Amino acid sequence: MNKPNTFRAGPDETGHFGIFGGRFVAETLMPLVLDVAKAYEEAKADPEFAREKAYYLAQYVGRPSPLYFAERLTAKLGGAKVYLKREDLNHTGAHKVNNTVGQILLAKRMGKTRIIAETGAGQHGVATATVCALFDIPCTIYMGTKDIERQAPNVFRMKMLGAEVKPVTVGSCSLKDAMNEAIRDWVANVENTYFLVGTAAGMHPFPMMVRDFQCVIGEEVREQCLKAEGRLPDTLVACIGGGSNAIGLFHPFLDDADVRIIGTEAAGRGIETGKHAASLTAGSPGVLHGNRMYLLQDEDGQVKEADSISAGLDYPGIGPEHCWLHDIGRVEYVPVTDDEALAAFHTLTRLEGIIPALESAHALAHVIKLAPTLPKDNILVMNLSGRGDKDLNTVAAHMGVEMGVNL
Amino acid sequence: MNAVNAKSVVTRLAKRFADLKAEGRGGLVAFVTAGDPDADVGLEILLGLPAAGADIIELGMPFSDPMADGPAIQASSQRALAHGMTLRKTLDQVRTFRLQDDATPIVLMGYFNPIHHYGVEKFVSDAKTAGVDGLIIVDLPPEEEAELCLPALAGGINFIYLTAPTTDDERLPRVVENASGFVYYVSITGVTGTASAAVGDIEAAVARIRRHTDLPVAVGFGITTAQAAGDVAAVADAAVVGSALVNRIRDNLDAGGKAKPGLVKEVLGFVTELADGVRKGNK
Repeated sequence: MNKPNTFRAGPDETGHFGIFGGRFVAETLMPLVLDVAKAYEEAKADPEFAREKAYYLAQYVGRPSPLYFAERLTAKLGGAKVYLKREDLNHTGAHKVNNTVGQILLAKRMGKTRIIAETGAGQHGVATATVCALFDIPCTIYMGTKDIERQAPNVFRMKMLGAEVKPVTVGSCSLKDAMNEAIRDWVANVENTYFLVGTAAGMHPFPMMVRDFQCVIGEEVREQCLKAEGRLPDTLVACIGGGSNAIGLFHPFLDDADVRIIGTEAAGRGIETGKHAASLTAGSPGVLHGNRMYLLQDEDGQVKEADSISAGLDYPGIGPEHCWLHDIGRVEYVPVTDDEALAAFHTLTRLEGIIPALESAHALAHVIKLAPTLPKDNILVMNLSGRGDKDLNTVAAHMGVEMGVNL
Repeated sequence: MNAVNAKSVVTRLAKRFADLKAEGRGGLVAFVTAGDPDADVGLEILLGLPAAGADIIELGMPFSDPMADGPAIQASSQRALAHGMTLRKTLDQVRTFRLQDDATPIVLMGYFNPIHHYGVEKFVSDAKTAGVDGLIIVDLPPEEEAELCLPALAGGINFIYLTAPTTDDERLPRVVENASGFVYYVSITGVTGTASAAVGDIEAAVARIRRHTDLPVAVGFGITTAQAAGDVAAVADAAVVGSALVNRIRDNLDAGGKAKPGLVKEVLGFVTELADGVRKGNK
C-alpha cells in the first residue's frame, strides 16, 4: 500500500478511509444523514460554533484536562516515563462529554427537539443526558439489559438527569443491539430527532465528526508535553471499543513519524476462547451500522456477539479510521484480556490513587507490559479515558465481594 | 465498472408487471424469510406461494442485525438463523423453487453484510444461476451503488431501490437513476410492521414517484389486511405484505418453536385472502 502524504486527510467526501467507512443506511435515513453532514460542514466554518464549543469545554467540562506524570507507576515499571491524560477528570467522568457538547450544539443549530443515543458503559449515555439537561432537550438512551445490570450507577445517573433509558432485550443485549434500536428509533422519528452517536463509528459523517470533537485530547497533549518535556511524546497508548478516545489522542500525532501509536482492543476471556471483542485481531471487513469496518462475524456473515468485562469495549466492530490505520500499519493494535485489565485496574488504584474505568484499564494493562521494555527517556502518554466508579460492582463481583454485605 | 443501462436488465419482473397491467390490477408481493420457521417448513411455504396467489415473492435473507425491521421480521430472521439458515441455503431454496416455477419473480431482500462476506461477484453469479430476479438491500442507498447495484445490473439482476417519505423531489432522480425491476415505496417513516399510512398519502406519493420514473411502484410497510392490500394495490402497481405474514408463522408455532400441524396451510390461506383483496382492489 502506498504511504499517503498525510494520515490526517480522511475521510474522502463519500466518507471513506481507504475501503472503510461509507454510508450504508436505509433510504429513509439517507436524507437525514446528508443533512447532518451538511450542517456539520456549516458549523465547522462558523467561528461562533467554535467559540461556543470552546466556552462549554472550558467552563462546563473543565478543559484542558491535566497531563499527569505518574511518578510511582513509572518507578514501579522501571522503564518509560508514563504520563496519564486525565480525561477521567472531565465533568461526567470520561472523554465522552467532549463529543456530546459538540453534537448537542449541532443538534440545536439544526433545530432538533429530541435526542436519542446508544450507550454501552453508560458513559456516553450520561454525557448525552447531561448536555440534554443543560440545554433542556428531552432524550432517550438505548442500553442493552446486560449493560444496564453491570453499569447500574450510570443508569441511575441518566435517570436523575431526566433521560428516558430504554432497555434493549434483543440479541446480545449490549452495545451492538442498543445501536440497532437507536437506528430503528431514528427511522421512525426522522422529523424532530437527532441521533447523537457516541463513538467514532457508524455512518459518515459520524466517524469524522466524533473524531474532530475528540481531537481536543491529542491537541492538548501536544501542547502539554511540549511544555513539560520540551518535545513530543515517543509513545501513545489508548483503548479501543468503537475508538473515539483513541482517535482523539492519536489523530493530531499521525503525521509525526517518530511517535509510536498503539491501540488496545478487548480480548475478553482470551482470543482463543472466541469470547472477546477483538475485531482487528480476530475479525474481517464487514458492513454494520452504516459503515464498513473490521467485524466479528461467522462464516455466513452473521455478526457475532462480542464479549468483554468492559461494557464500553463490548462491541463486535471498530471505527473505520482505526481499520484503515491498522491496514496501512500506522497504528499498532494489540489485544488485552479481562484478567490483564482487572490487574491493571488494581495497580493504578493502589499506586496512584486513581481508579480507572475498566475500558481505560485495557490501555493501562498494555502500558504495564510495554513500559519496562522501553528506555527511561521514552515519554509514554496513556489516555486515561474515564474513571472507574461505574465499574465498582463488576470489580467487586470478580473479587468475590458483595457490596454492602461483606465489604 | 462499466455503466450498465438499468433499463436493459430484463427479468421475470418485467413480464409479471406487464401481465398485471394487462389484467388491470395491482399485484401482491408476498414476503417471507427464507428458512422461517425452519428450512423444511420454510421451503414448503415458498413453494406454495404462487398457487396461493402471490404474484411476486420477496424472500428475506436472514440477518443477525436487521436494523430497518420491526419486531416481527426480526423474530422471523432469528427463527431462521436459529435453525441454521444461511445465504447459501437461501440460494439453494430458490434453485429448488425454480424446478417447479419459472414464471414467478423472486426478489431477495436483506442487508449487505452476508453478501459482502459471501463475495459480491460470486453472489451475483450464483443468484442469477439460481433464478433470482431482483435484490432489495436495505442498507445500500444509491450512494453505495458501486458495492452491489452496479455489479448486479452487470450480472443481469434487477436492483430495486427503496424510496421513503423522506426522499424528496430533489433526491428522487438520484434514487431511481439505476433502479430497475420496480421501485419500492416505503410508505411510513419507521421500521417494518409498526404503523400504516393513509391510502390518500400513498396515492400522492406514488404519483410523485411516477413523475420521476416509468418503473412499476410497489408499496410496503404496514399493510396487514386483505382490505389494505386491495386499497394499496388499487393506487400502486403492487402491495407488499411481510410482517403480517410472518406473524402468521409465529402464531402457529408450539412452545418449543416447532411448526404446529397446519402452519403451512394457515399461512398460505392468508396469502390467498390477501390475493383476493388485491384482485378486488379496483384500479
